[in-house]
Amino acid sequence: MKKLTLTIIIFFFSIQIIFANDLEQKEINILKNLRCLVCQGQSIADSNSDFAQTIKLVIRDLINQNKDDQEIYNFLNSKYGQWILYKPKFNLNNFLLWFFPYFILLIGVFLILKVLKKRKKSQLQ
Amino acid sequence: MKIKIFTSFIIPAIILSLFFFGLKNTNNYNTLNLVGNKIDNIELNGLENNKKILIGNLLSNNYTLINFWASWCLPCRAEHKFLLSLKKDEDLKILGINFKDKKINSINFLEELGDPYHFLAEDKSGKVSVKLGIYGVPESILVDKNFIIIKKFIGPISNSDYNDIIKIINN
Repeated sequence: MKKLTLTIIIFFFSIQIIFANDLEQKEINILKNLRCLVCQGQSIADSNSDFAQTIKLVIRDLINQNKDDQEIYNFLNSKYGQWILYKPKFNLNNFLLWFFPYFILLIGVFLILKVLKKRKKSQLQ
Repeated sequence: MKIKIFTSFIIPAIILSLFFFGLKNTNNYNTLNLVGNKIDNIELNGLENNKKILIGNLLSNNYTLINFWASWCLPCRAEHKFLLSLKKDEDLKILGINFKDKKINSINFLEELGDPYHFLAEDKSGKVSVKLGIYGVPESILVDKNFIIIKKFIGPISNSDYNDIIKIINN
């Protein structure tokens, strides 16, 4: 009987710990994706500024209200604009930000192929 | 030959011009572009009596200036004279939200410099400031009775800000 009681207690405690860890991880992931508006290149997760501390409190409240990540990002976006998000939504204003790296990559591949082709040609001659 | 010209001149020119325009653009981000957004009808805590008040009940006037301030904030002292002058305008109501402050210090501050506010509320934790998109004090938002943000003032209200507010109200 004692063993059974102990097992049940351990079971419930471990469920609570796992659940708490999940929420904590969710909070950390969100905070890492938010820019501290009053700091130099720091995320909200990294910063101890007054602004970051307030945002942390609000995020915890929103998580406790069972808001999902997207709802939290939308809320902050409506209050502070896209700049607060490290990963902004794709739109006409920022399409270069998303496609420029691929464009540069394509130019790089094109140049390498050109050089290789030229080298091959000169070797054949 | 064409590739050589492309790699030696055009690509460095593109990169250099990107750096040049990037460095020239020294503007820090602010939330001034959020003008036109609607503020939420949030609940506030009265500063003097701790009574709960809905922000919507305070916005019956054509224009309301929501001003975040604190007794520990030095720039708040600089803008105080402008707020006192704005109080004289009948078309504008001023809601002062005391930010992360001690009640006794905030009351002393108003006794010393004068009370420019028609309504006074407090935001001890700072959570209200986030709901209104504030990221520091002093910061002020001019809203109309439909809760639409007409203008935001980040930092202390200056002489030109004061003139802007008067111009907006009188139009």
